[in-house]
Amino acid sequence: MPALPDILFFVFAFLTLLCGVLVVANPFSRNPVTSAMFLVLTIISMAGLFVLLHAFFLAAVQILVYAGAVMVLFLFVIMLLDLKEEERRKVKKFGLIAGLVSVGAIATIFLKVLVTTQPGAGLPVPTLEGQPANLGHLLFTQYLLPFEVVSVLLLVAMIGVILLTKKDFK
Amino acid sequence: MHVGLEHYLAVSALLFCLGLLGVIARRNLLVIYMSLELMLNAANLALVSFSRFNNNLNGQVLVFFIITVAAAEVSVGLALIVALYRKRQTAHVEDLTRMKL
Repeated sequence: MPALPDILFFVFAFLTLLCGVLVVANPFSRNPVTSAMFLVLTIISMAGLFVLLHAFFLAAVQILVYAGAVMVLFLFVIMLLDLKEEERRKVKKFGLIAGLVSVGAIATIFLKVLVTTQPGAGLPVPTLEGQPANLGHLLFTQYLLPFEVVSVLLLVAMIGVILLTKKDFK
Repeated sequence: MHVGLEHYLAVSALLFCLGLLGVIARRNLLVIYMSLELMLNAANLALVSFSRFNNNLNGQVLVFFIITVAAAEVSVGLALIVALYRKRQTAHVEDLTRMKL
């Protein structure tokens, strides 16, 4: 009888990969809105994986920032652009086959490396807890400068977006 | 079967490959952008699992920064797509082959 976290891992991993497939290649719909919705589901099940890895703060941030803010932005832009013509276009066979072959090769390399090197063998029992207090302590001591730089980056992004979306953008 | 680091890394690798497939095979700018997000998320998963199994919190701090930068990147990228759509009335990469606006 496997332990509960192991069962949950397989559930969340299956959900993540299934929804990931449906983002990229949905056989029923090629509407970007469907892709965006499945991306939300992928992100939420990935937050479940984060919880299983005891990264509680990151799981919360993942749902708040990705599934909340970023995906709302995506949906907003999709609605704004009115992308009906995507459905009418044919899929290019050549691009699809070339993509499948190259990506299959890369996936084989990844998995082969994982099987042969066994990176998890001989590691101690994990005891790390990703609570906000632990993470916050590190963020405000060792990573204080990057933290401040990131805030400047967000400001720059905000100004850039306002400039780019102005009506009389040259 | 005990779930270890390899299992998480396998999920992360497969997710990354899915994102790559989306970038190569799909022709809609917005779907390509979502596939990029998928690849970023796969990298995040690998970092968090390495962080957990090596008992080192630095990986999670890096993921925190990646999420922040990805949010900024998404906003700028979507603004570029909107600006491009205003000029060319399309979000399809095969119609956007000229360097000149």
